[in-house]
Amino acid sequence: MHIPDGFLNGATSAGTAVVAAGSVGLSIRKAGAYLQDNMIALTGLVAAFVFALQMLNFPVGAGTSGHLLGGALAVILVGPWLGITAMSVVVIIQALLFADGGVTALGPNVLNMAVITGLAGWSLFRVMIRLLPKSWVSVTVATFTAALVSVVASSVAFVLEYGFGGRGNVELGTVFAAMVGVHFIIGIGEGLISAATVAAVGAARPELIAGLGGAGITSQGSRPIRSGVWGFAFSGLVVAALLVLVVAPLASSEPDGLERVTADQGLIESAEEHVLAESPLAEYEVDGVEDEAAGTRVAGVVGVLVTFGIGAAIVGVFVVLRKRSATTV
Amino acid sequence: MFVLAAVAIPREAFWAHALAGSLLLGVIVLAELPAGFVARRMIVEVPILIFALLLPFVGRGETTQVVGLTLSVEGLWGAWTILAKATLGVGASIVVSATSTVPDLIRALGRLHVPRVITAIAGFMVRYLDIVAGEFSRRRVAMASRGYEPRWLWQGGPLAQSAGSLFIRSFERGERVHQAMVARGFSGRIPVYGAEKATPGQWLAGLSVPGAMVTLAVLSLTVP
Repeated sequence: MHIPDGFLNGATSAGTAVVAAGSVGLSIRKAGAYLQDNMIALTGLVAAFVFALQMLNFPVGAGTSGHLLGGALAVILVGPWLGITAMSVVVIIQALLFADGGVTALGPNVLNMAVITGLAGWSLFRVMIRLLPKSWVSVTVATFTAALVSVVASSVAFVLEYGFGGRGNVELGTVFAAMVGVHFIIGIGEGLISAATVAAVGAARPELIAGLGGAGITSQGSRPIRSGVWGFAFSGLVVAALLVLVVAPLASSEPDGLERVTADQGLIESAEEHVLAESPLAEYEVDGVEDEAAGTRVAGVVGVLVTFGIGAAIVGVFVVLRKRSATTV
Repeated sequence: MFVLAAVAIPREAFWAHALAGSLLLGVIVLAELPAGFVARRMIVEVPILIFALLLPFVGRGETTQVVGLTLSVEGLWGAWTILAKATLGVGASIVVSATSTVPDLIRALGRLHVPRVITAIAGFMVRYLDIVAGEFSRRRVAMASRGYEPRWLWQGGPLAQSAGSLFIRSFERGERVHQAMVARGFSGRIPVYGAEKATPGQWLAGLSVPGAMVTLAVLSLTVP
Protein backbone atom coordinates (compact mmCIF):
# COMPACT_ATOMS: atom_id res chain seq x y z
CA MET A 1 0.00 0.00 0.00
CA HIS A 2 1.35 3.41 -0.89
CA ILE A 3 1.50 5.59 2.20
CA PRO A 4 0.38 9.20 1.63
CA ASP A 5 1.65 12.40 3.23
CA GLY A 6 0.66 13.09 6.79
CA PHE A 7 0.07 9.46 7.63
CA LEU A 8 3.15 8.86 9.72
CA ASN A 9 4.83 11.35 11.98
CA GLY A 10 8.08 13.03 11.07
CA ALA A 11 10.37 10.84 13.14
CA THR A 12 9.11 7.60 11.59
CA SER A 13 9.27 9.02 8.07
CA ALA A 14 12.78 10.29 8.59
CA GLY A 15 14.00 7.11 10.25
CA THR A 16 12.65 4.83 7.55
CA ALA A 17 13.98 7.21 4.91
CA VAL A 18 17.48 6.81 6.30
CA VAL A 19 17.24 3.03 6.29
CA ALA A 20 15.73 3.03 2.81
CA ALA A 21 18.37 5.39 1.43
CA GLY A 22 21.14 3.28 2.89
CA SER A 23 19.76 0.04 1.50
CA VAL A 24 19.08 1.49 -1.93
CA GLY A 25 22.51 3.06 -2.02
CA LEU A 26 24.07 -0.29 -1.19
CA SER A 27 21.98 -2.02 -3.86
CA ILE A 28 23.00 0.52 -6.49
CA ARG A 29 26.66 0.11 -5.66
CA LYS A 30 26.50 -3.66 -5.73
CA ALA A 31 24.47 -3.65 -8.93
CA GLY A 32 26.94 -1.29 -10.52
CA ALA A 33 29.85 -3.51 -9.55
CA TYR A 34 28.03 -6.54 -10.89
CA LEU A 35 26.91 -5.01 -14.17
CA GLN A 36 29.33 -2.16 -14.69
CA ASP A 37 28.20 0.04 -17.52
CA ASN A 38 25.30 -2.14 -18.56
CA MET A 39 23.47 -1.28 -15.41
CA ILE A 40 21.49 1.78 -16.37
CA ALA A 41 19.81 0.48 -19.47
CA LEU A 42 19.07 -2.94 -18.04
CA THR A 43 17.73 -1.68 -14.73
CA GLY A 44 15.61 0.84 -16.58
CA LEU A 45 14.09 -1.92 -18.66
CA VAL A 46 13.48 -4.14 -15.62
CA ALA A 47 11.84 -1.18 -13.89
CA ALA A 48 9.65 -0.59 -16.94
CA PHE A 49 8.72 -4.27 -16.91
CA VAL A 50 7.73 -4.16 -13.22
CA PHE A 51 5.76 -0.97 -13.78
CA ALA A 52 3.90 -2.52 -16.69
CA LEU A 53 3.10 -5.59 -14.60
CA GLN A 54 1.75 -3.44 -11.79
CA MET A 55 -1.11 -2.53 -14.06
CA LEU A 56 -2.38 -6.08 -13.61
CA ASN A 57 -5.28 -5.81 -11.19
CA PHE A 58 -7.06 -8.74 -9.72
CA PRO A 59 -10.09 -8.80 -7.44
CA VAL A 60 -9.52 -9.81 -3.83
CA GLY A 61 -13.10 -9.74 -2.71
CA ALA A 62 -15.25 -7.16 -0.91
CA GLY A 63 -15.04 -4.83 -3.87
CA THR A 64 -11.35 -4.19 -3.61
CA SER A 65 -8.71 -5.21 -6.05
CA GLY A 66 -5.06 -5.72 -5.49
CA HIS A 67 -2.30 -5.36 -7.97
CA LEU A 68 0.99 -7.08 -8.43
CA LEU A 69 3.84 -5.52 -6.54
CA GLY A 70 6.58 -7.39 -8.33
CA GLY A 71 9.30 -7.09 -5.70
CA ALA A 72 9.92 -10.78 -5.25
CA LEU A 73 9.52 -11.46 -8.96
CA ALA A 74 12.06 -8.78 -9.80
CA VAL A 75 14.71 -10.07 -7.42
CA ILE A 76 14.19 -13.69 -8.38
CA LEU A 77 14.61 -12.83 -12.05
CA VAL A 78 17.50 -10.36 -11.89
CA GLY A 79 19.03 -10.74 -8.43
CA PRO A 80 18.69 -8.73 -5.23
CA TRP A 81 20.74 -5.65 -6.09
CA LEU A 82 19.29 -5.01 -9.52
CA GLY A 83 15.84 -5.94 -8.29
CA ILE A 84 15.84 -3.61 -5.31
CA THR A 85 17.26 -0.76 -7.39
CA ALA A 86 14.63 -1.21 -10.09
CA MET A 87 11.82 -1.46 -7.54
CA SER A 88 12.92 1.67 -5.70
CA VAL A 89 13.01 3.63 -8.95
CA VAL A 90 9.47 2.41 -9.69
CA VAL A 91 8.23 3.48 -6.25
CA ILE A 92 9.99 6.86 -6.43
CA ILE A 93 8.60 7.66 -9.86
CA GLN A 94 5.13 6.53 -8.79
CA ALA A 95 5.27 8.92 -5.88
CA LEU A 96 6.69 11.87 -7.80
CA LEU A 97 4.95 11.52 -11.13
CA PHE A 98 1.74 9.71 -10.36
CA ALA A 99 0.93 11.00 -6.87
CA ASP A 100 0.80 7.38 -5.73
CA GLY A 101 2.36 7.74 -2.32
CA GLY A 102 3.33 10.92 -0.53
CA VAL A 103 6.60 12.73 -1.18
CA THR A 104 7.27 12.91 2.54
CA ALA A 105 6.42 9.22 2.79
CA LEU A 106 9.04 8.16 0.23
CA GLY A 107 11.16 6.69 2.99
CA PRO A 108 8.66 4.20 4.35
CA ASN A 109 7.23 3.51 0.89
CA VAL A 110 10.61 2.64 -0.63
CA LEU A 111 11.54 0.65 2.44
CA ASN A 112 8.32 -1.36 2.46
CA MET A 113 7.75 -1.92 -1.22
CA ALA A 114 11.27 -2.10 -2.59
CA VAL A 115 13.76 -3.06 0.10
CA ILE A 116 11.72 -5.36 2.31
CA THR A 117 9.94 -7.17 -0.50
CA GLY A 118 13.23 -7.63 -2.30
CA LEU A 119 15.16 -8.89 0.71
CA ALA A 120 12.39 -11.14 1.99
CA GLY A 121 11.65 -12.54 -1.44
CA TRP A 122 15.28 -13.19 -2.29
CA SER A 123 16.22 -14.78 1.05
CA LEU A 124 13.22 -17.03 1.21
CA PHE A 125 13.62 -18.09 -2.40
CA ARG A 126 17.30 -18.96 -1.94
CA VAL A 127 16.66 -20.87 1.26
CA MET A 128 13.86 -22.90 -0.29
CA ILE A 129 15.82 -23.62 -3.45
CA ARG A 130 18.58 -25.07 -1.34
CA LEU A 131 16.26 -27.18 0.74
CA LEU A 132 13.85 -28.45 -1.88
CA PRO A 133 14.71 -31.13 -4.45
CA LYS A 134 16.06 -29.75 -7.69
CA SER A 135 13.11 -29.53 -10.02
CA TRP A 136 11.02 -26.88 -11.72
CA VAL A 137 8.14 -27.69 -9.38
CA SER A 138 10.25 -26.61 -6.44
CA VAL A 139 11.19 -23.43 -8.28
CA THR A 140 7.51 -22.66 -8.74
CA VAL A 141 6.71 -23.46 -5.12
CA ALA A 142 9.67 -21.40 -3.92
CA THR A 143 8.64 -18.43 -6.07
CA PHE A 144 5.06 -18.61 -4.83
CA THR A 145 6.12 -18.72 -1.18
CA ALA A 146 8.73 -16.01 -1.62
CA ALA A 147 6.26 -13.68 -3.32
CA LEU A 148 3.53 -14.34 -0.76
CA VAL A 149 5.85 -13.77 2.20
CA SER A 150 7.34 -10.66 0.60
CA VAL A 151 3.91 -9.02 0.36
CA VAL A 152 3.00 -10.04 3.92
CA ALA A 153 6.39 -8.83 5.20
CA SER A 154 5.79 -5.50 3.51
CA SER A 155 2.44 -5.12 5.26
CA VAL A 156 3.95 -6.17 8.60
CA ALA A 157 6.58 -3.47 8.16
CA PHE A 158 3.78 -1.00 7.50
CA VAL A 159 2.04 -2.06 10.70
CA LEU A 160 5.29 -1.64 12.65
CA GLU A 161 5.77 1.83 11.21
CA TYR A 162 2.20 2.68 12.08
CA GLY A 163 2.84 1.43 15.59
CA PHE A 164 5.79 3.77 15.92
CA GLY A 165 4.29 6.88 14.46
CA GLY A 166 0.94 6.49 12.82
CA ARG A 167 -2.00 8.79 13.34
CA GLY A 168 -5.30 7.78 14.81
CA ASN A 169 -4.29 5.66 17.79
CA VAL A 170 -5.84 2.44 16.55
CA GLU A 171 -5.25 -0.78 18.40
CA LEU A 172 -2.19 -2.28 16.79
CA GLY A 173 -3.75 -5.71 16.77
CA THR A 174 -6.68 -4.40 14.71
CA VAL A 175 -4.40 -2.73 12.22
CA PHE A 176 -2.29 -5.86 12.07
CA ALA A 177 -5.25 -8.13 11.46
CA ALA A 178 -6.75 -5.90 8.79
CA MET A 179 -3.57 -5.05 6.92
CA VAL A 180 -1.87 -8.40 7.05
CA GLY A 181 -5.12 -10.20 6.36
CA VAL A 182 -5.83 -8.28 3.17
CA HIS A 183 -2.23 -8.44 2.06
CA PHE A 184 -2.13 -12.16 2.66
CA ILE A 185 -4.86 -12.55 0.06
CA ILE A 186 -3.09 -10.13 -2.28
CA GLY A 187 0.07 -12.12 -1.62
CA ILE A 188 -1.59 -15.28 -2.83
CA GLY A 189 -2.41 -13.55 -6.10
CA GLU A 190 1.10 -12.17 -6.33
CA GLY A 191 2.52 -15.60 -5.58
CA LEU A 192 0.50 -17.29 -8.29
CA ILE A 193 1.38 -14.73 -10.95
CA SER A 194 5.05 -14.60 -9.96
CA ALA A 195 5.36 -18.37 -9.93
CA ALA A 196 3.74 -18.68 -13.33
CA THR A 197 5.94 -15.92 -14.76
CA VAL A 198 9.14 -17.48 -13.47
CA ALA A 199 8.02 -20.83 -14.84
CA ALA A 200 7.39 -19.20 -18.22
CA VAL A 201 10.83 -17.58 -18.24
CA GLY A 202 12.38 -20.84 -17.12
CA ALA A 203 10.76 -22.72 -19.96
CA ALA A 204 12.29 -20.39 -22.53
CA ARG A 205 15.53 -18.95 -21.13
CA PRO A 206 16.34 -20.57 -17.76
CA GLU A 207 19.83 -19.15 -17.79
CA LEU A 208 18.37 -15.67 -17.33
CA ILE A 209 16.93 -16.38 -13.89
CA ALA A 210 19.37 -14.90 -11.42
CA GLY A 211 17.73 -16.61 -8.47
CA LEU A 212 18.84 -19.98 -9.75
CA GLY A 213 22.43 -18.88 -10.01
CA GLY A 214 22.09 -18.09 -13.69
CA ALA A 215 24.53 -15.63 -15.14
CA GLY A 216 21.55 -13.44 -15.84
CA ILE A 217 23.46 -11.32 -18.26
CA THR A 218 24.91 -12.43 -21.53
CA SER A 219 27.08 -9.39 -22.09
CA GLN A 220 30.57 -8.89 -20.80
CA GLY A 221 31.62 -8.12 -17.31
CA SER A 222 29.15 -10.28 -15.44
CA ARG A 223 29.46 -13.23 -13.17
CA PRO A 224 26.89 -15.59 -11.66
CA ILE A 225 25.50 -14.85 -8.24
CA ARG A 226 27.07 -16.96 -5.52
CA SER A 227 25.75 -16.69 -2.01
CA GLY A 228 28.01 -18.99 -0.03
CA VAL A 229 27.75 -19.55 3.70
CA TRP A 230 27.09 -15.97 4.70
CA GLY A 231 24.32 -15.69 2.14
CA PHE A 232 22.66 -18.77 3.59
CA ALA A 233 23.10 -17.48 7.13
CA PHE A 234 21.63 -14.13 6.23
CA SER A 235 18.69 -15.77 4.49
CA GLY A 236 18.13 -17.99 7.51
CA LEU A 237 18.15 -14.95 9.79
CA VAL A 238 15.61 -13.18 7.64
CA VAL A 239 13.32 -16.22 7.65
CA ALA A 240 13.65 -16.53 11.43
CA ALA A 241 12.92 -12.85 11.86
CA LEU A 242 9.87 -13.12 9.64
CA LEU A 243 8.60 -16.07 11.65
CA VAL A 244 9.07 -14.13 14.85
CA LEU A 245 7.42 -11.02 13.55
CA VAL A 246 4.54 -12.63 11.75
CA VAL A 247 3.80 -16.00 13.27
CA ALA A 248 4.85 -15.81 16.90
CA PRO A 249 2.31 -13.24 18.07
CA LEU A 250 -0.41 -15.40 16.62
CA ALA A 251 0.62 -18.26 18.85
CA SER A 252 -1.91 -19.46 21.36
CA SER A 253 -1.72 -17.88 24.79
CA GLU A 254 -3.20 -20.94 26.45
CA PRO A 255 -0.84 -22.74 28.81
CA ASP A 256 1.17 -25.47 27.20
CA GLY A 257 0.75 -29.14 27.97
CA LEU A 258 3.03 -29.32 30.99
CA GLU A 259 1.63 -26.20 32.58
CA ARG A 260 -1.90 -27.37 32.01
CA VAL A 261 -1.35 -30.77 33.56
CA THR A 262 0.45 -29.43 36.60
CA ALA A 263 -2.27 -26.85 37.10
CA ASP A 264 -4.94 -29.52 36.91
CA GLN A 265 -3.11 -31.73 39.38
CA GLY A 266 -2.53 -28.89 41.78
CA LEU A 267 1.23 -29.13 41.49
CA ILE A 268 1.72 -25.70 40.04
CA GLU A 269 1.68 -23.97 43.41
CA SER A 270 4.87 -25.70 44.38
CA ALA A 271 6.69 -24.40 41.31
CA GLU A 272 9.29 -21.82 42.19
CA GLU A 273 9.75 -18.68 40.27
CA HIS A 274 12.45 -18.77 37.65
CA VAL A 275 15.77 -17.40 38.79
CA LEU A 276 15.79 -14.93 35.95
CA ALA A 277 12.13 -13.92 36.19
CA GLU A 278 13.07 -10.30 36.72
CA SER A 279 15.22 -10.00 33.62
CA PRO A 280 14.13 -7.48 30.95
CA LEU A 281 12.90 -10.05 28.47
CA ALA A 282 11.21 -12.45 30.88
CA GLU A 283 8.11 -14.26 29.62
CA TYR A 284 8.88 -13.04 26.09
CA GLU A 285 7.76 -9.57 27.03
CA VAL A 286 9.78 -6.40 27.14
CA ASP A 287 9.68 -3.97 30.02
CA GLY A 288 8.42 -0.67 28.84
CA VAL A 289 6.58 -1.97 25.80
CA GLU A 290 2.99 -2.27 26.89
CA ASP A 291 1.49 -3.80 23.83
CA GLU A 292 1.94 -7.49 24.40
CA ALA A 293 2.16 -8.47 20.79
CA ALA A 294 4.84 -5.89 20.06
CA GLY A 295 6.72 -6.99 23.16
CA THR A 296 6.67 -10.58 21.98
CA ARG A 297 8.03 -9.53 18.62
CA VAL A 298 10.82 -7.44 20.05
CA ALA A 299 11.77 -10.19 22.48
CA GLY A 300 11.68 -12.71 19.66
CA VAL A 301 13.92 -10.67 17.40
CA VAL A 302 16.38 -10.09 20.22
CA GLY A 303 16.33 -13.80 20.97
CA VAL A 304 17.01 -14.72 17.34
CA LEU A 305 19.91 -12.30 17.09
CA VAL A 306 21.44 -13.39 20.38
CA THR A 307 21.09 -17.08 19.52
CA PHE A 308 22.60 -16.49 16.11
CA GLY A 309 25.43 -14.51 17.62
CA ILE A 310 26.24 -17.15 20.19
CA GLY A 311 25.93 -19.95 17.65
CA ALA A 312 28.17 -18.13 15.19
CA ALA A 313 30.68 -17.46 17.94
CA ILE A 314 30.76 -21.14 18.94
CA VAL A 315 31.18 -22.23 15.32
CA GLY A 316 33.82 -19.57 14.87
CA VAL A 317 35.76 -20.88 17.84
CA PHE A 318 35.66 -24.40 16.42
CA VAL A 319 36.77 -23.21 13.00
CA VAL A 320 39.70 -21.35 14.49
CA LEU A 321 40.65 -24.35 16.60
CA ARG A 322 40.48 -26.65 13.60
CA LYS A 323 42.64 -24.36 11.54
CA ARG A 324 45.17 -24.21 14.32
CA SER A 325 45.33 -27.99 14.66
CA ALA A 326 45.56 -28.39 10.89
CA THR A 327 48.57 -26.14 10.58
CA THR A 328 50.52 -28.02 13.23
CA VAL A 329 50.57 -31.20 11.11
CA MET B 1 8.51 22.20 0.10
CA PHE B 2 4.78 22.67 -0.30
CA VAL B 3 4.18 19.18 1.03
CA LEU B 4 6.62 19.56 3.91
CA ALA B 5 4.88 22.73 4.98
CA ALA B 6 1.51 21.06 4.65
CA VAL B 7 2.60 18.20 6.86
CA ALA B 8 4.01 20.63 9.42
CA ILE B 9 0.76 22.45 10.04
CA PRO B 10 -0.64 21.39 13.42
CA ARG B 11 -3.84 19.44 13.07
CA GLU B 12 -5.88 21.79 15.21
CA ALA B 13 -5.39 24.69 12.83
CA PHE B 14 -8.42 24.21 10.61
CA TRP B 15 -8.08 27.70 9.18
CA ALA B 16 -4.55 26.99 7.99
CA HIS B 17 -5.66 23.86 6.20
CA ALA B 18 -8.53 25.71 4.61
CA LEU B 19 -6.21 28.44 3.36
CA ALA B 20 -3.80 25.86 2.03
CA GLY B 21 -6.63 24.13 0.24
CA SER B 22 -7.77 27.32 -1.40
CA LEU B 23 -4.17 28.09 -2.39
CA LEU B 24 -3.93 24.72 -4.07
CA LEU B 25 -7.28 25.24 -5.77
CA GLY B 26 -6.07 28.60 -7.02
CA VAL B 27 -2.98 27.01 -8.52
CA ILE B 28 -5.07 24.33 -10.19
CA VAL B 29 -7.32 26.97 -11.72
CA LEU B 30 -4.30 29.00 -12.82
CA ALA B 31 -2.78 25.96 -14.45
CA GLU B 32 -6.01 25.44 -16.36
CA LEU B 33 -6.19 21.81 -15.34
CA PRO B 34 -9.58 20.31 -16.12
CA ALA B 35 -11.51 19.30 -13.03
CA GLY B 36 -12.24 15.82 -14.30
CA PHE B 37 -8.57 15.19 -14.93
CA VAL B 38 -7.63 16.21 -11.41
CA ALA B 39 -10.47 14.19 -9.94
CA ARG B 40 -9.45 11.07 -11.81
CA ARG B 41 -5.85 11.39 -10.67
CA MET B 42 -7.03 11.76 -7.10
CA ILE B 43 -8.58 8.31 -7.18
CA VAL B 44 -5.23 6.92 -6.01
CA GLU B 45 -6.11 8.35 -2.66
CA VAL B 46 -9.23 6.23 -2.20
CA PRO B 47 -7.76 3.32 -0.17
CA ILE B 48 -6.26 5.83 2.25
CA LEU B 49 -9.58 7.64 2.51
CA ILE B 50 -11.27 4.37 3.43
CA PHE B 51 -8.64 3.74 6.09
CA ALA B 52 -9.04 7.27 7.42
CA LEU B 53 -12.82 6.99 7.53
CA LEU B 54 -12.54 3.79 9.55
CA LEU B 55 -10.23 5.35 12.13
CA PRO B 56 -12.88 6.99 14.32
CA PHE B 57 -14.66 3.66 14.59
CA VAL B 58 -11.68 1.53 15.57
CA GLY B 59 -9.61 4.04 17.50
CA ARG B 60 -8.89 3.68 21.17
CA GLY B 61 -8.85 6.31 23.86
CA GLU B 62 -11.63 8.60 24.95
CA THR B 63 -14.76 8.74 22.88
CA THR B 64 -17.42 11.29 22.09
CA GLN B 65 -20.94 11.02 20.78
CA VAL B 66 -21.51 12.18 17.22
CA VAL B 67 -24.91 11.76 15.66
CA GLY B 68 -25.59 8.93 18.05
CA LEU B 69 -22.40 7.03 17.22
CA THR B 70 -19.59 6.55 19.69
CA LEU B 71 -16.44 7.67 17.98
CA SER B 72 -12.90 7.81 19.23
CA VAL B 73 -11.49 11.30 19.63
CA GLU B 74 -8.02 10.29 18.57
CA GLY B 75 -9.53 8.47 15.66
CA LEU B 76 -11.45 11.56 14.57
CA TRP B 77 -8.32 13.69 14.78
CA GLY B 78 -6.37 11.07 12.90
CA ALA B 79 -9.01 10.84 10.18
CA TRP B 80 -9.09 14.63 9.74
CA THR B 81 -5.29 14.90 9.69
CA ILE B 82 -4.83 12.15 7.16
CA LEU B 83 -7.61 13.40 4.91
CA ALA B 84 -6.40 16.97 4.95
CA LYS B 85 -2.70 16.38 4.53
CA ALA B 86 -2.97 13.50 2.11
CA THR B 87 -5.33 15.48 -0.12
CA LEU B 88 -3.00 18.47 -0.05
CA GLY B 89 -0.05 16.26 -0.88
CA VAL B 90 -1.82 14.42 -3.66
CA GLY B 91 -3.14 17.67 -5.10
CA ALA B 92 0.30 19.22 -5.14
CA SER B 93 1.82 16.15 -6.78
CA ILE B 94 -0.88 16.15 -9.44
CA VAL B 95 -0.24 19.79 -10.23
CA VAL B 96 3.48 19.23 -10.55
CA SER B 97 3.20 16.14 -12.68
CA ALA B 98 0.50 17.62 -14.89
CA THR B 99 2.28 20.85 -15.65
CA SER B 100 5.79 19.62 -16.31
CA THR B 101 7.05 17.26 -18.95
CA VAL B 102 8.58 14.07 -17.69
CA PRO B 103 12.11 14.86 -18.95
CA ASP B 104 11.91 18.19 -17.14
CA LEU B 105 10.83 16.47 -13.95
CA ILE B 106 13.67 14.00 -14.12
CA ARG B 107 16.14 16.78 -14.85
CA ALA B 108 14.73 18.62 -11.85
CA LEU B 109 15.34 15.58 -9.67
CA GLY B 110 18.93 15.60 -10.84
CA ARG B 111 19.25 19.25 -9.94
CA LEU B 112 17.99 18.41 -6.48
CA HIS B 113 21.00 16.14 -6.14
CA VAL B 114 19.14 12.90 -6.50
CA PRO B 115 21.92 10.46 -7.44
CA ARG B 116 22.49 10.42 -11.18
CA VAL B 117 22.10 6.68 -11.23
CA ILE B 118 18.51 6.95 -10.12
CA THR B 119 17.60 9.72 -12.52
CA ALA B 120 19.25 7.88 -15.39
CA ILE B 121 17.38 4.67 -14.59
CA ALA B 122 14.18 6.65 -14.16
CA GLY B 123 14.70 8.24 -17.57
CA PHE B 124 15.15 4.88 -19.17
CA MET B 125 12.19 3.45 -17.32
CA VAL B 126 9.87 6.20 -18.44
CA ARG B 127 11.22 6.04 -21.97
CA TYR B 128 10.57 2.33 -22.31
CA LEU B 129 7.50 2.10 -20.13
CA ASP B 130 5.28 3.02 -23.04
CA ILE B 131 6.91 0.41 -25.22
CA VAL B 132 6.76 -2.36 -22.64
CA ALA B 133 3.24 -1.55 -21.51
CA GLY B 134 2.18 -1.28 -25.12
CA GLU B 135 3.60 -4.71 -25.83
CA PHE B 136 1.77 -6.10 -22.85
CA SER B 137 -1.55 -4.63 -23.88
CA ARG B 138 -1.04 -5.87 -27.46
CA ARG B 139 -0.66 -9.36 -26.06
CA ARG B 140 -3.84 -8.98 -24.06
CA VAL B 141 -5.65 -7.83 -27.17
CA ALA B 142 -4.22 -10.79 -29.04
CA MET B 143 -5.46 -13.13 -26.32
CA ALA B 144 -8.86 -11.46 -26.27
CA SER B 145 -9.17 -11.67 -30.03
CA ARG B 146 -8.56 -15.38 -29.69
CA GLY B 147 -11.35 -15.59 -27.16
CA TYR B 148 -9.42 -15.58 -23.85
CA GLU B 149 -10.25 -12.84 -21.39
CA PRO B 150 -9.24 -13.90 -17.89
CA ARG B 151 -11.33 -12.37 -15.14
CA TRP B 152 -10.41 -14.51 -12.18
CA LEU B 153 -7.11 -15.16 -10.53
CA TRP B 154 -6.85 -18.82 -11.41
CA GLN B 155 -7.33 -18.00 -15.04
CA GLY B 156 -4.14 -16.01 -15.04
CA GLY B 157 -1.90 -18.75 -16.41
CA PRO B 158 -1.57 -17.54 -20.00
CA LEU B 159 -1.34 -13.97 -18.74
CA ALA B 160 1.64 -14.94 -16.63
CA GLN B 161 3.10 -16.73 -19.62
CA SER B 162 2.94 -13.54 -21.64
CA ALA B 163 4.41 -11.69 -18.66
CA GLY B 164 7.29 -14.15 -18.71
CA SER B 165 8.03 -13.67 -22.37
CA LEU B 166 7.59 -9.92 -21.86
CA PHE B 167 10.34 -10.08 -19.28
CA ILE B 168 12.67 -11.91 -21.62
CA ARG B 169 12.00 -9.42 -24.41
CA SER B 170 12.44 -6.43 -22.08
CA PHE B 171 15.65 -7.88 -20.75
CA GLU B 172 17.07 -8.48 -24.21
CA ARG B 173 15.89 -5.05 -25.30
CA GLY B 174 17.85 -3.64 -22.38
CA GLU B 175 20.96 -5.41 -23.56
CA ARG B 176 20.43 -4.24 -27.16
CA VAL B 177 19.93 -0.67 -25.98
CA HIS B 178 23.13 -0.89 -24.02
CA GLN B 179 25.04 -2.26 -26.99
CA ALA B 180 23.65 0.50 -29.18
CA MET B 181 24.77 3.05 -26.62
CA VAL B 182 28.24 1.57 -26.46
CA ALA B 183 28.40 1.54 -30.26
CA ARG B 184 27.71 5.27 -30.20
CA GLY B 185 30.45 5.93 -27.72
CA PHE B 186 28.80 5.57 -24.33
CA SER B 187 31.55 5.38 -21.75
CA GLY B 188 29.49 4.72 -18.65
CA ARG B 189 29.03 8.30 -17.49
CA ILE B 190 25.64 9.87 -17.88
CA PRO B 191 25.87 13.31 -19.49
CA VAL B 192 23.86 16.17 -18.08
CA TYR B 193 21.94 18.29 -20.57
CA GLY B 194 19.84 21.39 -20.55
CA ALA B 195 21.69 23.43 -17.98
CA GLU B 196 19.78 26.60 -18.64
CA LYS B 197 19.56 28.87 -15.67
CA ALA B 198 16.20 30.04 -14.45
CA THR B 199 15.57 33.79 -14.54
CA PRO B 200 14.86 35.64 -11.30
CA GLY B 201 11.30 36.09 -12.48
CA GLN B 202 10.89 32.34 -12.82
CA TRP B 203 12.42 31.83 -9.39
CA LEU B 204 9.95 34.27 -7.89
CA ALA B 205 7.01 32.67 -9.61
CA GLY B 206 8.18 29.22 -8.64
CA LEU B 207 8.74 30.04 -5.00
CA SER B 208 5.55 32.01 -4.53
CA VAL B 209 3.26 29.10 -3.70
CA PRO B 210 5.70 27.11 -1.53
CA GLY B 211 6.73 30.35 0.13
CA ALA B 212 3.12 31.15 0.94
CA MET B 213 2.70 27.64 2.33
CA VAL B 214 5.77 27.91 4.54
CA THR B 215 4.55 31.27 5.86
CA LEU B 216 1.20 29.67 6.54
CA ALA B 217 2.80 26.78 8.37
CA VAL B 218 4.98 29.04 10.48
CA LEU B 219 2.01 31.23 11.34
CA SER B 220 -0.12 28.25 12.28
CA LEU B 221 2.65 26.88 14.49
CA THR B 222 3.36 30.14 16.32
CA VAL B 223 -0.06 31.75 16.51
CA PRO B 224 -2.28 29.47 18.58
